Amino acid sequence: MLKQIIPHICLVVLLALSSSNVRAETIRVCKSCEARTIKEGVRKAAAYDTVLVEKGTYKEVDILIDKPLVLKGENYPLIDGELKGEIITIVSDDVTVDGLFIINVGTSYTKDYAAVRVIKSKNFLIQNLVLEKLFFGIYLEKSSHGRVYHNNIIGDAVEEYNSGNGIQLWYSHHVDIENNIVSRVRDGIYLEFADNCNILNNTSSHNVRYGLHFMFSNNDRYENNTFENNGAGVAVMFSKGIEMYDNVFRDNWGTAAYGMLLKEINDSDIVGNVFQENTVGINIEGSNRVTYRNNDFISNGWAIKSRGACYANIFQENNFLYNSFDLSYNSKLNDNKFEDNYWSNYTGYDLDRDGIGDIPYRPVKLFSYVVNNTPESIILLRSLFIDIIDFSEKVSPVFTPDNLVDVRPKMKQIVHDRN
Amino acid sequence: MLKILKYSFYDLMRSRWSYVYFGFYLILGFVLLFLNNNVSKAVITLMNVIIILVPLIGTIFGVMYYYNSKEFTGLLLAQPLKRSTIFLGQYFGVALSLSMSLVIGLGIPFVAYGIFMSDAIWDFGLLLLTGAFLTFIFTALSFNIGLRNENRIKGFGYAILLWLFMAVIYDGILLMSLMIFADYPLDTFSLTASMFNPIDLSRILILLKLDISALMGYTGALFQKFFGTSLGIFLSISVLALWVLIPVWLIRRVARKKDF
Repeated sequence: MLKQIIPHICLVVLLALSSSNVRAETIRVCKSCEARTIKEGVRKAAAYDTVLVEKGTYKEVDILIDKPLVLKGENYPLIDGELKGEIITIVSDDVTVDGLFIINVGTSYTKDYAAVRVIKSKNFLIQNLVLEKLFFGIYLEKSSHGRVYHNNIIGDAVEEYNSGNGIQLWYSHHVDIENNIVSRVRDGIYLEFADNCNILNNTSSHNVRYGLHFMFSNNDRYENNTFENNGAGVAVMFSKGIEMYDNVFRDNWGTAAYGMLLKEINDSDIVGNVFQENTVGINIEGSNRVTYRNNDFISNGWAIKSRGACYANIFQENNFLYNSFDLSYNSKLNDNKFEDNYWSNYTGYDLDRDGIGDIPYRPVKLFSYVVNNTPESIILLRSLFIDIIDFSEKVSPVFTPDNLVDVRPKMKQIVHDRN
Repeated sequence: MLKILKYSFYDLMRSRWSYVYFGFYLILGFVLLFLNNNVSKAVITLMNVIIILVPLIGTIFGVMYYYNSKEFTGLLLAQPLKRSTIFLGQYFGVALSLSMSLVIGLGIPFVAYGIFMSDAIWDFGLLLLTGAFLTFIFTALSFNIGLRNENRIKGFGYAILLWLFMAVIYDGILLMSLMIFADYPLDTFSLTASMFNPIDLSRILILLKLDISALMGYTGALFQKFFGTSLGIFLSISVLALWVLIPVWLIRRVARKKDF
C-alpha cells in the first residue's frame, strides 16, 4: 500500500513546491484576452505559470507545451482539431492539463495522432478531459511518474485498422491511471513496456478490440476496474508480477472473445475478480505460478480454458457458478492445484458436516475434452447421452487428467468480503 | 372425429394416470422453484427433464392407450365410421390430454412464482411449446408402433427402443461420426443431423436461449446464425410440425389398409 502512495505524495509535494517557490502568474486565454489562442498563451507563459482557457471554441492543432505549466480549462472550453493532426504535445516535466473538451483528432495511417501526447516527461497530471472523435486519446511515450485521472474518452471506432487506443502507455513507468471512462475505441487501455503502473477504478467498455491490453509490462496493479462488452475482452501477455484485484469482466461475447486472455503471465495474483457471462472466463496459455483466489465465475460458457504449458498455478476459494463448462483442459498432465473452491455443479455430500464435500470434485468433464477435439460436438451439449458418458468418466477417468481434482470442494457458495 | 376425440379426452381426463402425470409436473415445478428460488435457473433444470421425460411418457402412454382401448376400437370399427376418424380422434385425445397435463402442471407453479414478472417468460413459453410438440410427436410415433404390432410385448419393446434411440443412441452415433470425420467440415452435417431428431432439435432450440455463452464459441457462431434468427426458429418449428404431420399421415395410411 505504502508503495503506491509514495508517488502520489511525491507528486503533491512537488506540485506544492512548484507553486509556492516560484511566483506563478495566470495567463487567460479568450477571444478578448491578452492571449487569443492557446498557443499564444503557452508562448507568453513563463515556467510554472497557469494558462487559463476560458469557455469558447479554439480551432488549434500542434499545441506544444515545452515548459512546466498548468493548462487549465474553465467550464470545458472546446478544442477542435478539425481532423488535422495531433492536438496537445507535452515535452516538458511538471505539466498539468485539466478540464478541456477535445474533439476531432486527425486520423493517419503513418502517424499515431493523439489528443494529448506526453513525450519523455515526468510528473505530469492529465485530468478531467473529455475526448471525442479521436484517433489516439492520451498517449504516454517514454514518460514516468505521472497521473491520468478522471478523463472521459468516447470514440466512434468501427474497424480495427483505422482506429486508435484510448489511453496508451509505451515505455512509461510509475504512472497512475485512475477513474477514467473509455469506450468505443480500439483498445481501451493499452500498455506496452509499462512497468510499475497502477490502473484503478477505470471503466472500459464497448471497445472494438480489447478493453485492456498489455504486453511486456511488469509489476503493474489493476484494481476495481470494469471491462464490459468489449470485442475481444481483455488480453494480457508476456508479463510478470501482475496484481489484479476486484475487477469485473462482463459480457464479452463472441467467437474470439475472452473475459481475460492470459498468455505467458508468470508470478501474478488474480484475486477477487468477477467474470460474468463471457464466452470464456479466463483463457490461460503458458502461465505459471499464478494464484487465483476469491474470484467469481458466473454463467460463462467456459469458466477457465487451459491451453497447456500452465504449471504450478493455484486456484483457491473461487466460486464457479452455473458455467456451461467449469474447466477445459487439453492435456493429461496436470501440475495445477485446485482447492477449497465452490462448484455449483458439485453433486457430492458432506456427511461429517464440516462444510467440505466428502468426495473430490472433477472439474474437467469428458465432454469438454471432446469439444476441445471436435468443436462441432458442442451441439450435443446437455444431451442425455453426454450426461451418461460424463458420469462414466467421473467414476473412472480415462481421458481427463486423473489427478485434476478439487479434494476439498466447498458445500456452500463462498462469501467474499469485498469492500 | 371430434366426437371420438371428445370421448377419448374425457375418458383420459377421468383416468387416474392423467392426474398422476399432472400431479408429477405440479410437484416438480414447485420443488424446482423451491430449491432454486430463481425462475431462470429452474427453467434450465426443467429443460433436462422435459427433453427426456416428455418423449418417454408420450411413447409409453400412447402405446399403452392404444392397446388398452383395442376392444373399444373394435366396437367402433363395426359402426359406420371412417377409420381415420377413429384413430385420429383417439390420437388427438391422448396427445391433447398429455400436453394439457404438462402445460397446466408446470404452468401453475411458475405463474405462482411470478413468471409473468420475470424476463424468463419467453424461455419458459418456448419450453412449454417444445414440450407440447414432443408429446404430439412421440404419441403419434407410438400409435404407429401400436398399429403395426399386434403383439403387445413387441409393441412395448419397440416403443421403448424408439425412445432410447432418439434420446440416447442417436446422439452417440452423431458424436462418433463427428469424431471420426473430424478432419472434414462438419458444421452443415451436424446442423442437418440435429434436424432429423426431434429431441435434439428441441434441445438446441432451448439451449440457444439458455446456454448461449457456450454456443458462442467459434463453431457456435454458425448455429447461432442459423437458430438464433427468426428464420431459424421458424424453420425449426416447422420441422417440429413436420415431425407431427408425417406420423399422423402414416397413422391414417396404416389405419386405412389394416386388416382388423
